[in-house]
Amino acid sequence: MCLALPAKVVAIDKSTDTATVAVGEVKKDVSLALVDAVKVDDFVLIHVGYALNTIDQEEAEETLRLFAEAGLTDKLGNELTDEMTE
Amino acid sequence: MKYIDEFRNRELAGKLKQSIEKEVVAGQQYNLMEFCGGHTHAIFRYGVQDLMPENVKFIHGPGCPVCVLPIGRIDNVIQLVQQEDVILCTYGDMMRVPASNRMSLLKLKAKGGDIRMVYSTQDALKIARDNPEREVVFFAIGFETTTPPTAVAIKTAHAEDLQNFSVFCNHVLTPAAIQSILESPEVRNMGSVRIDGFFGPSHVSSIIGSLPYEFFAEEFQKPVVIAGFEPLDVMQSALMLIRQINTGRHQVENEYSRVVSREGNLKAQSLVAEVMELRRSFEWRGLGMVPYSALKIKQAYDHFDAEQRFNMPTISASDVKSCECPQILRGAKKPTDCKLFGTVCTPENPMGSCMVSSEGACAAYWTYGRFRQQQHT
Ligand code: SF4
Repeated sequence: MCLALPAKVVAIDKSTDTATVAVGEVKKDVSLALVDAVKVDDFVLIHVGYALNTIDQEEAEETLRLFAEAGLTDKLGNELTDEMTE
Repeated sequence: MKYIDEFRNRELAGKLKQSIEKEVVAGQQYNLMEFCGGHTHAIFRYGVQDLMPENVKFIHGPGCPVCVLPIGRIDNVIQLVQQEDVILCTYGDMMRVPASNRMSLLKLKAKGGDIRMVYSTQDALKIARDNPEREVVFFAIGFETTTPPTAVAIKTAHAEDLQNFSVFCNHVLTPAAIQSILESPEVRNMGSVRIDGFFGPSHVSSIIGSLPYEFFAEEFQKPVVIAGFEPLDVMQSALMLIRQINTGRHQVENEYSRVVSREGNLKAQSLVAEVMELRRSFEWRGLGMVPYSALKIKQAYDHFDAEQRFNMPTISASDVKSCECPQILRGAKKPTDCKLFGTVCTPENPMGSCMVSSEGACAAYWTYGRFRQQQHT
């Protein structure tokens, strides 16, 4: 119900205030009524047919960098469940 | 897929696992409540609990909108469909939720009720435009994430003067519910539940921002980390909570900064504020009446309020006997504590709402817990 997905904006239709977005190979039309100044190639979070927010690409990189710094060694945890790579 | 796959990376999960193991203090218990069903789902789907040291426990909270809606509100729409010639539009998640007298929207549809599953409020508006001679009611449920789309629909209907469209509004508010949990006797008296920190919701917070949590981090002296919904987000956030607990801090931190800001989505907030206002009190399954925890449609838009347009009395209905959903939603019990779990109650034949939605704790235990057991035997 609260799940939302990151999607890439591939086209914008100003007249209807909608965008065509792509999640992987799947394309969808979503309303832009809740967001401002979205551009083609932006990533947005989509939920029940609406773009909720723009994804800040710099912050995303920063978070990933934090993950990478987390472990002090590079040894892999071996007990990870298989679902992790799903 | 970008912004999904990187946050499920196995190698990084290994690193985070090691950091967490290094930082936890032996002998100290870390009880971390995830408010959101989206986190519950991620924790089970990716086996995140299994990656945590023994003394770090996830406690599942009430953040599943399907699970917390009291049965009486579903009885309301069932009555409405039976008594009036309406088309009821609903998100798919609501179809199988058990109502009183072993009824559900799915069963009502099978009996000829005109119930249409919609993906978006835009679809509900389209159905109203296409059927001008019929009353079309949208069954609106959900937290702050799902509320703005409902507000947009009401504004659109108003602008188009769509006379046959109305909304049965059941939108609820996250901060009020978290506060209610912290004030519940189970938590206050450190009886059955102890909570040391909270994972703040991902997508709810993308709308409301991190600001609303600052009050109760301070008031209740509990750390809050706003966490993304991917497994690595949950692990990193657990690490941040553990660090706060170890150093005796209780701040609001934001792991999900790629989407959440302190002030949130102001455009969405102002749309909601224009169309809706606080209810004095609203019933939550598991939490009872919670003051100022839900929204209703403002008087200026009451033409679009199904509760004004139709006779929708307050119905107090009781849950199926021995269904433990109410205790589970407060974090006081686990699904496996329920006698009906997995025997009488399964996703194919749910007895309670927690078994219906994929964000419900019972459904998550059933779907992923059982799967893991089979792998081990
Ligand atoms: S297993 Fe079924 S009956 Fe038991 S608490 Fe969960 S939903 Fe209710």
